[in-house]
Amino acid sequence: MKVLVAVKRVIDYNVKIRVKADNTGVETANVKMSMNPFDEIAVEEAIRMKEKGAATEVIAFSAGPAQCQETIRTALAMGADRGILVQSDAELQPLAVAKLLKAVVDKEQPGLVIVGKQAIDDDSNQTGQMLAALLGWSVGTFANKLNVADGTVEVKREVDGGLENIKIKMPAVITTDLRLNEPRYASLPNIMKAKKKPIETLAPDALGVDVAPRLKTLKVEEPPKRKSGIKVKTVAELVEKLRNEAGVI
Amino acid sequence: MAVLVVAAHDGKTVRANVANAVAAAAQMGPEVHVLVAGSNAGEAAQSAAAIQGVAKVLQAEDAAYANWLAEDIAPLVVKLAPNYSHVVMAADSVGKNIAPRVAAMLDVAQVSEAIQVVSPDTFVRPIYAGNAMATVQSADKIKIVTVRPTNFKAAVGGGSAAIEQIEGTGSAGLSSFAGAELSKSERPELTSAKIVVSGGRGLQSGENFKMLETLADKLGAGLGASRAAVDAGYVPNDYQVGQTGKVVAPDLYIAIGISGAIQHLAGMKDSKTIVAINKDEEAPIFQVADYGLVGDLFQLVPELTAAIEKK
Repeated sequence: MKVLVAVKRVIDYNVKIRVKADNTGVETANVKMSMNPFDEIAVEEAIRMKEKGAATEVIAFSAGPAQCQETIRTALAMGADRGILVQSDAELQPLAVAKLLKAVVDKEQPGLVIVGKQAIDDDSNQTGQMLAALLGWSVGTFANKLNVADGTVEVKREVDGGLENIKIKMPAVITTDLRLNEPRYASLPNIMKAKKKPIETLAPDALGVDVAPRLKTLKVEEPPKRKSGIKVKTVAELVEKLRNEAGVI
Repeated sequence: MAVLVVAAHDGKTVRANVANAVAAAAQMGPEVHVLVAGSNAGEAAQSAAAIQGVAKVLQAEDAAYANWLAEDIAPLVVKLAPNYSHVVMAADSVGKNIAPRVAAMLDVAQVSEAIQVVSPDTFVRPIYAGNAMATVQSADKIKIVTVRPTNFKAAVGGGSAAIEQIEGTGSAGLSSFAGAELSKSERPELTSAKIVVSGGRGLQSGENFKMLETLADKLGAGLGASRAAVDAGYVPNDYQVGQTGKVVAPDLYIAIGISGAIQHLAGMKDSKTIVAINKDEEAPIFQVADYGLVGDLFQLVPELTAAIEKK
């Protein structure tokens, strides 16, 4: 069974982002970029499946500008076998990415597609669910634990009230939550080896996908700032302030 | 055209956040309908009919709807969607699971986690863990929107909408439910609690969270946690407050032993009053706290609990 994982190049989670002065977006020039943390979890899960013999090949997919090659290389260094980059400088929204993924799935016929539950830049939490819909496949979102057996996946899901177990038919799409695994760091020898692994580059047009954005971003602004608070010295002072100043207890 | 709110429920009542979703939906169109799909969902449908501003409740009975599997609920919503200008769900684990499937089946975009309705086609939504606010406009014929409940004041009760029975769409045969492990708690639900007490890695163990439980119970508060505390196994995953966990906006949020990573702040910085207790006076949590108390939480929390008792 092939496993396809999707990896997105995003601003590193440690970077404090800045809104552009003209309110058209967020400053991405000269900012550290990394693989979306939820996608690292997806890559890790796929590699573990291969190590256990449940998967035969792990393919890392990305969509975006040429620099997404680096993100794919990171996945290859972690242990994925080959990469596919759909190269485009256009803004790619979740529905467009889901359509690109579907085109690649149609070609590669993986048994599972594993993606991060959300990207930490646009925080959409849509692509995996949309891909499953376009394929007519089942979906296991917010996965905390997976068990692949006999054409089904048992998925333990992180939900509002705790955890939920579902059984879904394969082929299927999985979206990862934080507790699914702890992704490995790529070792230096594996980083060197990854440089020789193949990455195929495709264009959206060649896949017959129209990636034009459906949502128009009118402006991007700074959130309202909280006014700075005070330090209190004692518990008694805190309780007094909460009772008489804030009136919340 | 009317707006359809898809309501999650427990069989007896719709979730509290449905009233917030109805309030958001009322800003998108002239009339709001609520879909209650389920198996024996009669009582839940009645609870939806009691929300002010709801013109009609659609109750779809089907054994396949008992556990809210996306593969089975989405086709029903897709079937109804052409009658509506918008389909709205609360941005909780049910809405986030189902709404994108509906959107893709309809070949339309989804607006995730809207915090403001600017006009029927324009919404404000947080991006980058709430460190930027994007105003987005949808040109799609049917707009699929998930809304962040804490940003819309819940519609009140006392309504009496008509309940219409509609046909179910059956099971897609792709997935089945195999049980849940839900956290049992008598405390108020985190996202709707008036006061939230949250603990972080500073608590050092799950055992030490008992101290926060005592404080929370004194205050009638919900109990939350940072990602670090959940990852360390101190508390279950559903306690997590933050960018990828729950978003809360209580009157009072007490962060104890939480350093305040931006991912955590994303889930609580809309709280009315924020208190931080932390031994590190440089901790970023103090930048958003109205009242900061620097010191050893193992000494300060019992002191605070005792002080609250002495009202």
